[in-house]
Amino acid sequence: MATVTLRNLVKAYGSTEVLHSINLDIANGEFVVLVGPSGCGKSTTLRMIAGLEEVTSGEIMIGDRVVNHLEPKQRNIAMVFQNYAIYPHLTVRNNIGFGLRTAKMPKADKQKRIEEVAAILSMTDYLERKPAQLSGGQRQRVAIGRAMVREPSVFLFDEPLSNLDAQLRTQMRLEIKKLHQRVGTTIVFVTHDQVEAMTMADRIVIMKDGHIQQVGTPTEVFHKPANTFVAQFIGAPSMNMLDARWQGGRLHVAGQELGTELALAEGSAVTLGIRPDDLVVSPEPGLFSGRVNVLEPLGSETLVYVDIGGREVIARASGRNPPRLGESVHLAADLANMHLFDPSGKAIA
Amino acid sequence: MSDVQVRASADALMRQTTTYKPPRDPAQIVRWTLLAMGAIVMVMPIVYMLSASMKYPHEMFDLNIIPREPTFENYIFVLADGRFLQWFVNSLIIATITTISAVFFDALVGYALCKFRFRGRYFIFIAILSTLMIPTEMLILPWYMMSLHFGWVDTYWGIMFPGLMTAFGTFLMKQFFETVPDDFLEAARIDGLNEFQIWWSVAMPLVTPALSALAIFIFLGNWTAFIWPLIVTTNSELYTLPVGLTTFSVEQSVQWELIMTGAALATIPTLIVFLIFQRYIIRGVAMAGLKG
Repeated sequence: MATVTLRNLVKAYGSTEVLHSINLDIANGEFVVLVGPSGCGKSTTLRMIAGLEEVTSGEIMIGDRVVNHLEPKQRNIAMVFQNYAIYPHLTVRNNIGFGLRTAKMPKADKQKRIEEVAAILSMTDYLERKPAQLSGGQRQRVAIGRAMVREPSVFLFDEPLSNLDAQLRTQMRLEIKKLHQRVGTTIVFVTHDQVEAMTMADRIVIMKDGHIQQVGTPTEVFHKPANTFVAQFIGAPSMNMLDARWQGGRLHVAGQELGTELALAEGSAVTLGIRPDDLVVSPEPGLFSGRVNVLEPLGSETLVYVDIGGREVIARASGRNPPRLGESVHLAADLANMHLFDPSGKAIA
Repeated sequence: MSDVQVRASADALMRQTTTYKPPRDPAQIVRWTLLAMGAIVMVMPIVYMLSASMKYPHEMFDLNIIPREPTFENYIFVLADGRFLQWFVNSLIIATITTISAVFFDALVGYALCKFRFRGRYFIFIAILSTLMIPTEMLILPWYMMSLHFGWVDTYWGIMFPGLMTAFGTFLMKQFFETVPDDFLEAARIDGLNEFQIWWSVAMPLVTPALSALAIFIFLGNWTAFIWPLIVTTNSELYTLPVGLTTFSVEQSVQWELIMTGAALATIPTLIVFLIFQRYIIRGVAMAGLKG
């Protein structure tokens, strides 16, 4: 196990800088998820930690060693790739044992280690099979097994669940989390799926355009987003964002006036954020009123798209008695759960 | 209508249904005819070779396919002549070594050009490709001058050196290595393999069809090579099979029956190699076509 530290990490291809001074401290045994949209630099960061991409400037430390100029094999890390990268010409046994080829240990010990890992991953019965004879989930387990067998100090996962179907993804998510609880090795996990990030991480690192937007626990990033990007990226469906203005001691938004305590300059423009979970269809007049545009039944609840003064917001209604299309409804919300952002998108404390 | 009658008419209907054949498509008949004609054109020389190898000299110019007096005397004569066996062994050694060398180096260079980023990579690839445009006949003189200068005339090395690495093979392998995802190589890199080990243990097994196809192409090319072995050898003990067979024709006469017998015998190894690896050839050519 080891800590991972990134100090002012920069990556540039020619004159194009794709990662801008990344700073991150990952604790020993921590499960950190890098999440963000395509092109945000999360995979590049991971590949730099792995030693597969050169560092333009800055420092990467694994434990107390600066590893910038070390070969991948010298960093004592293991990586699981999106497309598994298990060798089709080798059996499961040989695939899992591949990482031990260069290890100086007796053959019997290598076999023992392979069998132990296979047992942890419930792959003992498949050891003599070729990858073509395995399902997607089993292949991913082989890839994880190959990483585990070397007992690295850090595991790196590069979108390992992207190629799996939804059901298998949920199952593997749980298995990886259990595995982490069992082995306790530091894990850096890259994904573009915020649900994966929320469910697996000890801490989430949200990235955009080569910058870290926020680092925090799943609860922190969900309930206290640092900016509008994080607020909208984390949580599904996305947070409702409404333009508002602070005037005469009241917040003017979508034709409504909200009375609240805010230390803002008179006439300030702000963005009001309300999660769909916090905005409910109510029989009594509440925060807003509007007409139902679209209904999305989810079983236990129904998502209701409501037009309020030309802006569409998403609210929640009962799954059993949802409103009808075109119906006028009232929307209620607890003002304590609202988020305010300044014109630059930064959260107002 | 009784039950028996109903069953009988139903059976008749079933028979009618199962024996119904749709009318032949005229275009398909034309296609088959053309293919059959092509097949005859391709197969006839081989049939004639086999036929001639079983004929006596006086019957040689009769165009009958089945010999009037079939004989294996030509085979006995050729096999009993020690020179044939020597030429066969020479060809086998040369074709085998050249094939192993060319497959090894073509795959090595193809891999480097495909997977490594270095200055001049594109220039080197174009330079290698451009050698494909130079006909062998033009290269023979410089090759011969080289052989003369280095003392390679009348040596195995002299016969083999031009084919130890091929531009075509390099191009083919580069194209095939494009199909190997980089993740495989990076995973091996993280697992601690050096670049040669990655190439040998990870990349090479993933392009086995291409390697097989290339090996067969090169083996066949060297097995049937004639011009260069003829020029670079004067000692009949170093002749390859195609060169050796020409000694059956002398100034006054050509012993066609012996040439045909030798040619028929020479076909056997290539036939065996082809029959074993033909599925790889077809797969290899198809894949090369897709990537190319």
